[in-house]
Amino acid sequence: MAYVAVKGGERAIGNAHAWLAETRRGDAAVLELEVAQIGQQLGLAVDRVMAEGSCHDRGLAALAIKQSKGDLIEAAFLLRAYRTTLPRFGYAEPLDTAAMLIRRRVSATYKDLPGGQVLGPTFDYTHRLLDFALAAAGEPPAPAPEVEAEDAVAPRVTELLSREGLMRREKDAAQEPADLTRQPLSFPAARSTRLQNLARGDEGFLLGLGYSTQRGYGNSHPFVGEIRQGSVTVCLTPPELGFEIEIGEIEVTECQMVNQFHGSRSEPPQFTRGYGLVLGHGERKAMSMALVDRALMAGELGEDRTAPAQDEEFVLLHSDNVEATGFVEHLKLPHYVDFQSELEVVRLMRATVASQAEPEQVEP
Amino acid sequence: MNRDEAYNFAYLDENTKRMIRRALLKAVAIPGHQVPFGAREMPLPYGWGTGGIQVTAAVLGAADVLKVIDQGADDTTNAVSIRRFFNRVAGVETTTHTGDATIIQTRHRIPEAKLTEAQILVYQVPMPEPLFRLEPRLAETKRMHALADYGLMHVKLYEDIARHGHIATSYSYPVMVDGRYLMSPSPIPAFDNPKMDRMPALQLFGAGREKRIYAVPPYTEVRSLDFEDHPFRPHRANASCELCGSRSSYLDEVVTDDRGGRMFVCSDTDYCETRQEDLRTENAKGEAA
Repeated sequence: MAYVAVKGGERAIGNAHAWLAETRRGDAAVLELEVAQIGQQLGLAVDRVMAEGSCHDRGLAALAIKQSKGDLIEAAFLLRAYRTTLPRFGYAEPLDTAAMLIRRRVSATYKDLPGGQVLGPTFDYTHRLLDFALAAAGEPPAPAPEVEAEDAVAPRVTELLSREGLMRREKDAAQEPADLTRQPLSFPAARSTRLQNLARGDEGFLLGLGYSTQRGYGNSHPFVGEIRQGSVTVCLTPPELGFEIEIGEIEVTECQMVNQFHGSRSEPPQFTRGYGLVLGHGERKAMSMALVDRALMAGELGEDRTAPAQDEEFVLLHSDNVEATGFVEHLKLPHYVDFQSELEVVRLMRATVASQAEPEQVEP
Repeated sequence: MNRDEAYNFAYLDENTKRMIRRALLKAVAIPGHQVPFGAREMPLPYGWGTGGIQVTAAVLGAADVLKVIDQGADDTTNAVSIRRFFNRVAGVETTTHTGDATIIQTRHRIPEAKLTEAQILVYQVPMPEPLFRLEPRLAETKRMHALADYGLMHVKLYEDIARHGHIATSYSYPVMVDGRYLMSPSPIPAFDNPKMDRMPALQLFGAGREKRIYAVPPYTEVRSLDFEDHPFRPHRANASCELCGSRSSYLDEVVTDDRGGRMFVCSDTDYCETRQEDLRTENAKGEAA
């Protein structure tokens, strides 16, 4: 009977999960994917899961990708749920990205600059033609040519502008940054809170919002001051030691967008910066984040706030894909109690309309 | 029941549980007021009961007996999943009998049986802000709550009456708590609203994704918004339960074929089964006599 069928029950759940495990493995005649292969050969997927899962661990991110059958939002969710259970033994010192060991560094605002332009391992300037040679397993490619690294320091482009007084100096908020994984968002949010939110946010959502600022939804005239990618040292000051120690290196992508600003009553015309920083290699996301960060500064710079990307509550409350996917997908849970009450009300409203209409029809 | 020792009792670490209990105490002290809390990322998805789960985890003790319902039923898939979660991480005794439970976690319903002072009802809440359809900005709704500026909601209800002849809200029907705070009862049918008023059990509300907790202490006044000339009217299907014959419980409509065939059954499965049991005993007594 229908009534029995709608009741899910323990057995259905158990069977469904067994079926899921079977489809995850796929045809047993095909070699099983190793977590190390995912880590090595699907590196950008791993990077994205680490960034949106806010947990820098390539091995765990690769495992999450395997477990989620390549569903990267599901993988980020797995990583976040794991991350919550980890004890927290301290907060790192701010990363010094000026001291980054650079793999890639490009500026769109200067032809050449101290430290030089380093293209790095990029898809840029590849022709997007399917490489059928990759369909067959073959020998690993010949090693890329290497040169001795120039030991030149690569100062940040925005710092060069700041020294000339052309770039707005960020004020030190003189307070500890909030931690969104421990405290709920409240509005208006501090810039550090906004940046934390964006760094964990969904790449697609930020890409769309960033794109919208280029198409007239929000007033922005961005230039890529600089994108840099590479490894930075993470330092921590344990209270029992009282001095800073290095605890490891992580890969990050940083983007600083340079935007024109016409000035206000209190500030002269100058450039302003939009900032993006993402765990791993996430250039598209770092750029989008920098665009959105700048758009969100409209309020404090006295610009009109008219576009979605400039609306702090709109952006920050909808950027998290783990929250978004949960709430959108919860619509498939049973809602028949609510739907029943809607049915009763719609029937009542139809009856009201019908009873009002009838007497008129009787009249000649 | 065997608890998975890899996790702390009830999954959350003790500091997190303490943080949640502090938020709960504040919520109880200010009935109906939404208290922000540092909701954690749970191993179940946001929107699937993470707020209720965190509240339950924070108040659960080893001696508690837990009941979990979704749409009034103990055997809906998500209720099964949450019950299994607590079985695994807390190893507490679970039950489907409303009367035997000390903590009842619910989504979208209040049990038909009267709850007691010895019980806690934990609601899963998707959108804790009762004003969000009228004003999505949290900074603005916070101000409205502070000033008890609820005119917008009254205007909305008035417009319903002007357009349809009656209030068109059938679930998540807004309530005033202790005459001060406008509160979302969570998406329970308006039919259940009167049960919240002066309920002997403690009512706790958890919204994980929105990171808010609120509460209605025992015996607190909870009034559904209405007008003198348009008093609050809860709706239920005008039918009786096909299985237990109840004419007072909230009913689910079950479609039985594609030609308009339907039957009505109690949404509260424990209530319905208890009544069926009682009917059987009475019939057996009648036959014996």
